[in-house]
Amino acid sequence: MSNSAIDYTLEHPAVAGTPSAASIDEVITAPIDSKPSRGWWIGLAITGSMLGIGVLSVSWLFYKGTGVWGVNQPVGWGFDIVNFVFWVGIGHAGTLISAILFLLRQKWRTGIARFAEAMTIFAVMCALIFPLIHTGRPWLAAVYLLPYPNQHGIWVNFTSPLLWDVFAVSTYFTVSFVFWYIGLIPDFAMLRDRTKSKIKKIAYSIFSLGWRHSNRHWQHYEKAYLILAGFSTPLVLSVHTIVSFDFAVSVIPGWHTTIFPPYFVAGAVFSGFAMVQNVLVVTRKFFGLEHIITLNHLENMNKVMLLTGSIVGYAYAMEFFIAWYSGNPLEQFVFLNRALGPYAWAYWTMVSCNVIFPQLFWIKKVRTNIIGMFIIGVIVNIGMWFERFVIVVTSLSRDFLPSSWGHYMPTAIDFGVFIGSIGLFFTLVLLFVRVLPVVSMSEIKAVLPGAQPDHH
Amino acid sequence: MNTPLLYSVTALFDTPDGIIHAAEAVRKAGYKRYDIHTPYPVHGMDDAMGLKDSKLGFITLGAGLMGGAGVFAFISWVFMAAYPNVIGGKPFFSWPAFVPVTFEITVLSAVLVTIGSLIAFFFKFPNNSHPLHDTPYMKAVSCDTFGISIQADDPKFDEAAVTALLTSLHPRTVAPVCYDEAELNHTWKTFDPKFLALLAGVALLVSAATYGTMNVVLYMPPFDWMMNQNKFKPQQTTEQYPDSRMMRPVVAGTVARGFTPYPYKGMADSAGKSLVNPLQPTAKVLALGKEKYLTFCSPCHGNFAKGDSRLRGQFPNPPTLHSDKVRTWPDGSVYHVITEGQNIMPSYASQISREERWAVVHYVRALQRAFNAKESDQQ
Repeated sequence: MSNSAIDYTLEHPAVAGTPSAASIDEVITAPIDSKPSRGWWIGLAITGSMLGIGVLSVSWLFYKGTGVWGVNQPVGWGFDIVNFVFWVGIGHAGTLISAILFLLRQKWRTGIARFAEAMTIFAVMCALIFPLIHTGRPWLAAVYLLPYPNQHGIWVNFTSPLLWDVFAVSTYFTVSFVFWYIGLIPDFAMLRDRTKSKIKKIAYSIFSLGWRHSNRHWQHYEKAYLILAGFSTPLVLSVHTIVSFDFAVSVIPGWHTTIFPPYFVAGAVFSGFAMVQNVLVVTRKFFGLEHIITLNHLENMNKVMLLTGSIVGYAYAMEFFIAWYSGNPLEQFVFLNRALGPYAWAYWTMVSCNVIFPQLFWIKKVRTNIIGMFIIGVIVNIGMWFERFVIVVTSLSRDFLPSSWGHYMPTAIDFGVFIGSIGLFFTLVLLFVRVLPVVSMSEIKAVLPGAQPDHH
Repeated sequence: MNTPLLYSVTALFDTPDGIIHAAEAVRKAGYKRYDIHTPYPVHGMDDAMGLKDSKLGFITLGAGLMGGAGVFAFISWVFMAAYPNVIGGKPFFSWPAFVPVTFEITVLSAVLVTIGSLIAFFFKFPNNSHPLHDTPYMKAVSCDTFGISIQADDPKFDEAAVTALLTSLHPRTVAPVCYDEAELNHTWKTFDPKFLALLAGVALLVSAATYGTMNVVLYMPPFDWMMNQNKFKPQQTTEQYPDSRMMRPVVAGTVARGFTPYPYKGMADSAGKSLVNPLQPTAKVLALGKEKYLTFCSPCHGNFAKGDSRLRGQFPNPPTLHSDKVRTWPDGSVYHVITEGQNIMPSYASQISREERWAVVHYVRALQRAFNAKESDQQ
């Protein structure tokens, strides 16, 4: 090795320093075994209130019907689909970290994979709220969502993108949950063998299924983990691809484009990493996990955001280019209307949040500054929410016939449901950090220095 | 009190190298029923233990193929056989649109079957009553130590020899693990009557709650407001009008849009004399007349107007239209009978429009002529 050049083949260590396996257990189980702090209770009070606002809004929606929302002709898709796409996108970072980085043998993923997977599950739960409640009477919705033999003798339309969505998102949720739970089994066994509380012991025993850390089991376990990672990778790409089909398969100008699937997937990873980074920045500080979730982890995530943010920026530019190049006056009008029309404020919010601010991550000082990266993460999430708003609302509000144009304004109930979904997400995150190990103990022990045999 | 039975002799090691050496030594000594317990998978351990590759992947492959092929066949059946439906002008077997659902179900079935068989068949879980549970050995390997356990049911097992072998490998400790048979056999049984009763109770409770919500609560105030809307519905009573009818009778003399009253009501003779067929017997008119005749007339009069439909014998027989009487009727009389009905035949005025009735008259004339052709028709 030359002495002056940096050796790029060297990996950053997955954890800082040389903690022992026992100290890892201590640090990670500390939040589970201790009483919650005042800060945690304040946090729960805030997110719980937001969740309460959501519950009230949804109850009012169920009582009065979907007329309490701002959607009407011609904008029949409003906050419900905007928030759905936003939350599904948030989830994608978790699967990317847990599956794709696993297949790429990126050891640094171990510190953040568990948390990111949990956020995937919570985000998909938030996302699932919207397609369910937008039917107005979700308990009657099974008829047109799920194929089951019924007295009408007719099946659901398997060639409809909206139906593909039902299959994609529910499969995604199930597989993510299974993936997460399989990763948790050895940790449950560790908790079971550590705890001194009798009730916790029973609970952990049930959830650990009786795991014994046997190598004859580890052998199949590792195989299963690889298979799950292998399936999750195309699955996560398919989910946002299919979500983008909801738009791309229609014939509305501004939606009917082939760039949507890759563009949506990149945007999903972009916003998901921003959310994971934000939550991890707070969590590692709060629970003293700085040596397990290191600055290097956060920097890597910021690099992924820089990459995907640039892809999204390229997609914005390409949409304009294709609109001009296609020679289609309707397409051209839609994009001019986005940039200069009544929703120009939303469009330019989106562009500045998603394209301009993340470029600051080229500077290493910004990338490794906790406050700086946190602020950019928040900005990216705002920008990505506006992206979905711009795509949905501008295309629908002014499409083919000027006589049928309209203007969409969300109502207080729209905002209430959205605030409720944010409350649900962070309430679940807060509960998660108290009851489950936020870092996979068995995985992190395996990448500690000296954890693997010297030879072989 | 039962005497504790020996399950295995265990040894604990502090380093991954130590446990790899121990595994190799135990395998070379010829033991088969032993196991290694480590807090995380140690690289190279499968080779040290001489384990063959996991067969789990074959289950995944089989389940994925079956799930994917099954759902593709199902969707094809739905679109081609069960309910063929033209969607967007595409062929019934528009397979590219079947791909997304096929892919998702392939993944779902492969993953669920893999994990299900991993837990149930490869691990034989859930099993919380293994002899190793709740031992100092398990607590140690759960945290940061590496353990090996040689089971007493190994054919070569001899407690003294095994202890000596393990001690020679420089472990931290060597200890036997015992179990109490009675304790081990005390497990929850799936078919325990109490457990089954609990399941039945839960099922009953959930069903009752669901039924009550869907069929009772939703029909109670205030949830019924969408059903009881503040509007008039036909057939209801009201106190607003003296006749108590919510559905108002039409004002006398009202005529529906595009409707012309039939002026020869009950006047068969005048109709026959005055009415003239306004249509020419073109091919188009005859085709329309044939269609309407086959739809509305043929069930009684028969496809060829011979009065020979399958209703013959079940009612007063429908007459033939080839009788001299009908043949000599003017067109207006035939028209009048279709409009007003005759004897048991009801009026068809609401089913067959005026134009269509005249077309039917032409068609009946054509049938009559076909069955009583003149010489001149033969050419």
